[in-house]
Amino acid sequence: MNTIKKLLGYLWMLIAPSIILFLLYEAYDKISKAPAALESNVILQWTIILLVFTPICVGFFIFGAYASKGEYDQLPAVSTEID
Amino acid sequence: MGQESKQTNIAFVIGASSMGTLIEWYDFYIFGMLATIISKQFFPADAGTAALLSTLAIFAAGFIVRPFGALVFGRLGDLIGRKHTFLLTLIIMGGSTFAIGLVPGYATIGWAAPILVLILRLLQGLALGGEYGGAATYVAEHAPAGQRGFWTSWIQTTATLGLFLALGIIILIRTNQGVEKFSAEWGGWRYPFWISILLVGVSVLIRMRMSESPMFTKLKAEGKTSTNPLKESFGQKANFKMVLLALFGAVMGQGVVWYTGQFYAQSFIETVCKIEFVQSRNIMLIAILMATPCFVLFGWLSDKVGRKWIMLLGMLLAIFTYRPIYQTFLNISNTQSRIDKIDLAKTVASAVKAKTDSKDPTKIYITQSFDTAYTDGAVFKYIKTDTLKLGATYNALIPIDSLNPSLIVSKSAKPNVVVEKTLGHAAYWDMIWLVFIQIVYVTMVYGPIAAFLVEMFPTKIRYTSMSLPYHIGNGVFGGLVPFLGTLIVEFTKTTASPMGDSLAGLWYPIGVASICFIIGLFYLTNKIDKNVMD
Repeated sequence: MNTIKKLLGYLWMLIAPSIILFLLYEAYDKISKAPAALESNVILQWTIILLVFTPICVGFFIFGAYASKGEYDQLPAVSTEID
Repeated sequence: MGQESKQTNIAFVIGASSMGTLIEWYDFYIFGMLATIISKQFFPADAGTAALLSTLAIFAAGFIVRPFGALVFGRLGDLIGRKHTFLLTLIIMGGSTFAIGLVPGYATIGWAAPILVLILRLLQGLALGGEYGGAATYVAEHAPAGQRGFWTSWIQTTATLGLFLALGIIILIRTNQGVEKFSAEWGGWRYPFWISILLVGVSVLIRMRMSESPMFTKLKAEGKTSTNPLKESFGQKANFKMVLLALFGAVMGQGVVWYTGQFYAQSFIETVCKIEFVQSRNIMLIAILMATPCFVLFGWLSDKVGRKWIMLLGMLLAIFTYRPIYQTFLNISNTQSRIDKIDLAKTVASAVKAKTDSKDPTKIYITQSFDTAYTDGAVFKYIKTDTLKLGATYNALIPIDSLNPSLIVSKSAKPNVVVEKTLGHAAYWDMIWLVFIQIVYVTMVYGPIAAFLVEMFPTKIRYTSMSLPYHIGNGVFGGLVPFLGTLIVEFTKTTASPMGDSLAGLWYPIGVASICFIIGLFYLTNKIDKNVMD
């Protein structure tokens, strides 16, 4: 089970930047195709999406990195172990 | 303290905490439910879809700001205590909701209107971000060991009951006033915002009678409270990795399942299936009412069998059944498949009516409605409106049939068509059951989540640590379901397929829930922490 957790950790580390790149590509694509009247609205939408999801993807990458290093092999049994 | 006294105490704690949280949800929901009217009132009249998207952006902003509220008030709750913090969030929420009801429309104060509404909406989001973590922590810290899932599940019902209350009040006012009066600049749509101040007042009075959480009081007396909850929550790897696990392994999936079942479903039924306003809301109301006891059921069950498997099962069912459920929504409301059921005796086309524009007497609206009745009791209404520009002022005494065609200067290129479908009894109940199923999924993922999060983190940084993943999962991943769902459907629209793929928006919640399910399956444990007093 721990091996699967570690291997999946690498997968999360790959997925996180892929999502950012995908969103950047989509943002560029949709903004460039937007009609002039709606351009500012489309820019606003994609700015919101990128601003929100980029830090989450960074968090997802860190989660993957922790998982790949075996940080989740043994979870704390009680919350005092976190202290 | 005797057993009976303990039960009374916990019942008061639950009642007082739940009532405040319910009102906060009510405040937050009425904005989303009135999004179409708000977009018309606070944005330029000619913006159309852009205005709706702007409102949805404000809606999203309300959700996006929630994690910041979680940080601000979570920190405060771990520093000064749970009671005063969630009292403050309640006052901020109530005040900003009331103020939204007082902002004049775009027609009166121009761009100041959307700017003010945006600021107030952000305040609402900030307050909500601080409320939930406080209420859940407070209740969990009072609950007896082994019953934490059961008692915190009452807090979980408030989000759904808040929706129920908001829907109920809106329908009541709209039905009493009629559509036109309700939608006017100072019409009945503002009343739900004003009612909030009364509800908040009562709740503040009740909450002021509550005492501080016993665990927090003990920590404070021993001088063991955190001096820097943000640093301890997110700066220390041991705790930060649990925050990440809570978010990606449980809350993000729970968030999308929740918002799909309760919000995307409503939006889909109304805007894609075109079900009539009151009937679409009744479908939601009945389904919510029937499914709400399941929150407590799954909360209780999670005390017996653990939290993990109940939440993951809810996600798995959602992943595999969303598309069939929404396809059935489309089938039920489809016109083409009903041609053989048309009841010709009851199908009528109304007389053509003409109405002059209130500001331009040379502009007239020609309206005709077609009511197609079906043998199963359904009535699909099509209202077609053409706009004509005349060379002279229209004389309403002359029947529109006798209008001299040479007077017409221009005609709208495309008529405005409004479709309103009222379902027959059987189809109506089919829709209710389909929404009910989705809300049962919500109760499976959401019922045990408060107990699950509380048990993950130590008392001194619990408020901060559980609030952030909760509000990123629900506020960002969940709150953006209607916004991103609509956007994805827009992307599928082409000249060959102008309507696009109506079901494409579901790929967002299905995708997020799938990743969350895999992470939860491999990384979470099903162990219940018996002692949260640490």
